[in-house]
Amino acid sequence: MRRKDVLDLDDFTADELREVLETTAAMKEVLARPIRRVPPLRGKTIVNCFYEASTRTRVSFELAAKNLSADVVNITASGSSVEKGETLVDTTRTLQALGADMVIMRHGASGAPYLVARELEASVINAGDGWHAHPTQALLDLFTVQSRLGSIEGRRVAIIGDILHSRVARSATWGFTTLGAQVVLCAPPTLLPIGFADAVNTGLRAKGIVTACPVTVTHDVDEALRDADVVMALRVQRERMDSGLLPSLREYSREWGITRERIAKARFGALVMHPGPMNEGVEISPEVAYGPQSVIEAQVTNGVAVRMAVMYLLAGGRAGPAV
Amino acid sequence: MSNPNNEAIRLAAAHGRFLGSLVIRGGRVIDPGQGIDAITDIAIRDGFVDAVGIGIDAPPGAQVIDARGLIVTPGFVDVHTHLREPGFEYRETIATGTAAAAAGGFTTVCAMPNTEPAIDTTAVVDFIHDTARRQGSVRVYVIGAITRGRKGKALADLIELANAGVVAYSDDGDCVTDSALMRNALAYSRTTGRPVVQHAEDRALTTGAQMHEGSVSARLGLAGWPRAAEEVIVARDCELAALTGAHLHVAHVSSAGTLDFIRRARSRGVHVTAEVTPHHLTLTDSLVGGHWWSATASLPAYDTRTKVNPPLRETPDSLAMAAGLRDGVIDCIATDHAPHGTTDKHCEYQAAASGISNLETALGSVLAVVHAGGLTLVEAIAALTIRPARVFGLAAGTLLPGMAGDVTILDPDREWCVDPTQFRSKGRNTPLAGHILRGQVIQTIVGGEVICDRSA
Repeated sequence: MRRKDVLDLDDFTADELREVLETTAAMKEVLARPIRRVPPLRGKTIVNCFYEASTRTRVSFELAAKNLSADVVNITASGSSVEKGETLVDTTRTLQALGADMVIMRHGASGAPYLVARELEASVINAGDGWHAHPTQALLDLFTVQSRLGSIEGRRVAIIGDILHSRVARSATWGFTTLGAQVVLCAPPTLLPIGFADAVNTGLRAKGIVTACPVTVTHDVDEALRDADVVMALRVQRERMDSGLLPSLREYSREWGITRERIAKARFGALVMHPGPMNEGVEISPEVAYGPQSVIEAQVTNGVAVRMAVMYLLAGGRAGPAV
Repeated sequence: MSNPNNEAIRLAAAHGRFLGSLVIRGGRVIDPGQGIDAITDIAIRDGFVDAVGIGIDAPPGAQVIDARGLIVTPGFVDVHTHLREPGFEYRETIATGTAAAAAGGFTTVCAMPNTEPAIDTTAVVDFIHDTARRQGSVRVYVIGAITRGRKGKALADLIELANAGVVAYSDDGDCVTDSALMRNALAYSRTTGRPVVQHAEDRALTTGAQMHEGSVSARLGLAGWPRAAEEVIVARDCELAALTGAHLHVAHVSSAGTLDFIRRARSRGVHVTAEVTPHHLTLTDSLVGGHWWSATASLPAYDTRTKVNPPLRETPDSLAMAAGLRDGVIDCIATDHAPHGTTDKHCEYQAAASGISNLETALGSVLAVVHAGGLTLVEAIAALTIRPARVFGLAAGTLLPGMAGDVTILDPDREWCVDPTQFRSKGRNTPLAGHILRGQVIQTIVGGEVICDRSA
């Protein structure tokens, strides 16, 4: 991987994405062994720098790093100098001085990892920045779909939920369209980002990817679900109601919630995905979340393998089955 | 549109101490206030313009400047400058800000009142006039706050402020959102005739906003500042200006739609004027997206030097701004020079302060529009000299005999690289760092004294 950092999927070529997915398959094989440890990152120090609360992502990164034999240090915003008012730039300089080899960062401000990546010699992996991007989540979504359906090209992916505030939606859109899928973004009008579809369509053309209408936007959930091979539900937060963007979660769940009746409108056997954590009963009903079409648990499992692949490739590893 | 009381507004800086003669020979004098565009000479004596004409005899002992091949204009007038003193001296002082003004060809600036304390009493107005007299390089006028402490709740003593010498009122940085208060401010301002300058921003629509709301903000995951947030306030204020008969001045217009409201109000006889900044004439939101938008972009994504309020918008908006200057719906250019310290901007986009330090690059930016054909040179000079002076009723911006000998000599073709470390301003925050601009000030003359000299 000829890049220093993984900040978003928007500038990944299709080949780069395929390289990651191939390496993920190899890492998954490692995870199936009785001793889930390989040496590529032995002696390296990886710092998890999380300014926002997270369970699954942080643990996932930590396990991935340890499986690659790296030393892992966790910094969370509470209980660190951040509470004393230390700026992001200062924290970055400290990490540099302490000799971190790789920094995994989650921050509430869109673009924060870009600033950090510019200032650090170490590689930076974006574990989620504000509303903007969550590249490893999108990569594990891609891997999950590919391993279940066999291919991504030509598929129709419906992402339903609070798109406006979702870094998962943005990164997934870039990932899926770069590999030739169509993406439909569906949300109440107040939760749709104006101009995002245009930005993606323009960006794809700049990358040389020419597909007819790769990204469409609608607030009609039936339209979004029609012929969908993949249905990705996103968490809708109570705060959106409090800030006036939604009248109530009840109305949201009745009009956009993925229930058994709704999921039947998608293609037969369509995959049901969710990045977690779920608000069961709001954006997704428990029977769908735990039903036969759900690959939500597989997403989590694949997350460790994907993160191992990304760290391995960033550290200079070569893609391929032999690890 | 001058002060209806027709009194000459007191000059803030008595630079007339300079005694002696200065003759500027052979330059192309462009003085739109007098309709002059010709190769001719200018004579300044004891700080005031003596004569403008061909073949002026230089008195013995006079300094003579050879301006052949150069453009000679009245010193530029900036009606929207943040000098930051008192209170934010780490960002700028009156000394450094006026030095930056001189470096940029501005001989008159109007200091905005978002200082600490705000300019809402005679004491602060006097402090600024005084400091400018002792330490300033150019003339400084003061803009007083509309509301006490700029808190947007109660009117400041607008008449007292006018008596102390303020040339306009503004809460700039903040919008007067309370409609009743804005109505009262406009109505009350009729006692002094000074314009009420509004920073048009409906805060409810810009909560958490970081940049223009559009495809770039959607992609970058930054909360957007829709055009409507500026337009609804301008529309409202135009109605209030109509109701009260006062002079409303719209600060830093950024949206093409705003111009429609101003045009409509003017056609009904409302006294509304407007200004535009050099950056809203030339830069767009694609700059925030960095290399994604253009392989030749000089800034990385999320560069905080692009963060400004109102935000950089889209190409149709910047083109509409130039067209607006041309057809007169926008009266003048005003820099909104907003210097910031390193710590204010060296952080994530969300935490960064808004503002661009641009006194020293304003001419270059405006000339870029001229070079691209969006404005003629004469239109650009007018927008920097007589038109801002007229809007605020200042005795400046033109070289009538008897007026202050404030002159700017410039080379419209000299190329130079923007190097913020060489700025006279403390504010290094400009998205133009590293850009090559075409057009530079060679000399800035205040009251017959050469204050800035690049002729060597």
